[in-house]
Amino acid sequence: MKKTPSSRRSADDRGFRLGTGFFAFLVVLLVVGIFFELFRTSELSIRKFGFNFWRTTTWDPVAGQFGALPFIWGTLYSAILALVLSTPVALGIAIFLSELSPRVLRTPLTFLTELLAAIPSIVYGLWGIFVLVPVVRKLEIMTPDWLKKFPLFSGPPLGVGMLAAGLILAVMIIPFASSVSREVLKAVPATQREAAYALGATRWEAIQAALRFGRTGILGAIMLGFGRALGETMAVTMVIGNNPRISPSLFAAQHTMAAVIANEFTEADTDLYLSALVEIGLVLFVLTVIINAVSRFLIWSVSREVKVKVVATVAPPAPAEPEAPGAAA
Amino acid sequence: MKPIRLLLAAVVGALLALPGATATAQNVQINGAGATFPYPIYSKWFAEYNKLHPEVAINYQSIGSGGGIRQLTNQTVFFGASDGPMTSEQQQAAAGRVLHLPTVLGGVVPVYNIPGVTGELKFTGTVIADIVLGKITKWNNGAIAALNPGVPLPDLDVTVAHRSDGSGTTYIFVDYLSKVSPEFKSKVGVATAVNWPVGVGGKGNEGVAGLVKQTPGSFGYVELIYAIQNKIPYGSVQNMDGEFVKSSLESVTAAASVAAKQMPKDFRVSITNAPGKGVYPISSFTWILLYESPSDKQRSKIMVDFMKWALTDGQKFAAELGYAPLPAEVVALEMEALKRIKV
Repeated sequence: MKKTPSSRRSADDRGFRLGTGFFAFLVVLLVVGIFFELFRTSELSIRKFGFNFWRTTTWDPVAGQFGALPFIWGTLYSAILALVLSTPVALGIAIFLSELSPRVLRTPLTFLTELLAAIPSIVYGLWGIFVLVPVVRKLEIMTPDWLKKFPLFSGPPLGVGMLAAGLILAVMIIPFASSVSREVLKAVPATQREAAYALGATRWEAIQAALRFGRTGILGAIMLGFGRALGETMAVTMVIGNNPRISPSLFAAQHTMAAVIANEFTEADTDLYLSALVEIGLVLFVLTVIINAVSRFLIWSVSREVKVKVVATVAPPAPAEPEAPGAAA
Repeated sequence: MKPIRLLLAAVVGALLALPGATATAQNVQINGAGATFPYPIYSKWFAEYNKLHPEVAINYQSIGSGGGIRQLTNQTVFFGASDGPMTSEQQQAAAGRVLHLPTVLGGVVPVYNIPGVTGELKFTGTVIADIVLGKITKWNNGAIAALNPGVPLPDLDVTVAHRSDGSGTTYIFVDYLSKVSPEFKSKVGVATAVNWPVGVGGKGNEGVAGLVKQTPGSFGYVELIYAIQNKIPYGSVQNMDGEFVKSSLESVTAAASVAAKQMPKDFRVSITNAPGKGVYPISSFTWILLYESPSDKQRSKIMVDFMKWALTDGQKFAAELGYAPLPAEVVALEMEALKRIKV
């Protein structure tokens, strides 16, 4: 390299920059392309229902009436529920693995946690139907009557429903949140902990300091899991009960955007029906963008506050695609 | 390194050999797509037909009836398959006249899970409609009890389980209910996916079967074969003649024999709630859809030959796979109709 004339080096550099820039631009092109295609294919539905699509609750393929609100509700409800359930567990795993675990346990535990992410979603769904749902039903039957008076716990004990969906999603997103959080905690400079100990901090206090240091990254990890939960389809549709009605109850059967597309795309026989399903995909896409923007903002405001930069990784979930032909029974 | 290289060589070899082998043995490939319900018998048929005619490979994608009709309309497949006949609008959108050819029959049965009730329950169409409309909410409801004297029906909530995915099974079920209950017709209507007033949705026949099996107090509908395979009790349904008939291959075929007497020329007929003795009322044909004057004469000729085989020799495979074979009258009509395809 020493002998290379500077002009050639800069040409190489320019080529390299152009090459990588092109790949980066491809992503932008892809996202814009997806948005454009979703918009174009759902034009019929957009023109017919306009904004009502977002706020009406009837989904009636026979009458050609389509409103997405129950699906939006179900998607957000299930994803937030999963977030609430999984975050303490994921953080606990991350802290234990990075700070407290004996060395012998670290590798197998890390491996097992990450293995959770490798299990196909249909397997989670089957496990949900045969193991989780009966357990949830027992829990629902055991729920005392005074508790059932609250809207959150109302309704008959079906087993399938929001609670089962939230639980299965929580298990599915734990590996994402925990492994990224663990990396973030590992990246906290040793000097931070040493300084804490030097000041006479206990272990718990030192960990608190590390958590505080890495909180933008941890927030990013949690949002990564949230993004996953929004787009998850197969496992959710198998346990959520697929009933497009808005209910505050954890016990009620509900529906999500990704699930309705997977369920109804193959048999959508009219143009309007198909168009409405694509618009559901568009709504999911737009919501995902909004949620990502909000989480970016959150991370940005937190990081500005503590004046540290830890790279936060928030990946958008894959926009819901129609199920591969043949996947539906 | 060595075993890896060997493995690689084997994989590459296999990949190279596969298309080569198929290309020499099979000269014609015909693609079709559509209903999932007849998929097991269709794949059996195509495999058996391929044994007789090794030069022909028929490839079928079970993507759903709606998808099959769409692909036939766009001419991305040579033939379609559907559990419900094409609507007039769909026919107009197609690239030519489409012939509907019934292939086999299926029955949809009401299934239930009531603790303490193992025997067969009797239903009428209106009772089923009232259950799925959410008007009958308890199993000990007077209307159910009146049909089933002596059965210890509990004071248990009814949970309705239906299909969450668009499905020919749903089409057959709601087509029947719309015929027997005007209220169901106006509130819900007929389609492969409908707006259910109550209940929970399961994906696929197996999803509904799973829900019913697990949920005490549940009521659902599945194809006959799924009820048998999953050992779920299923009820008999009152037919137009007032008899309570259990779904069986014979009672489903009987529905078709009655229909054969007034079969419309295009075979687009619903045989739910058919009149006649021993007829099971929630029965239906499933159809293969072919263009009457296709541009590809060679494939068309093969499809006509295949259909002739499927309607005669092929019918013997139906029963073992849980389908009711076509009655002889219908087969005769179809043989006549096949002449309409210009080859």
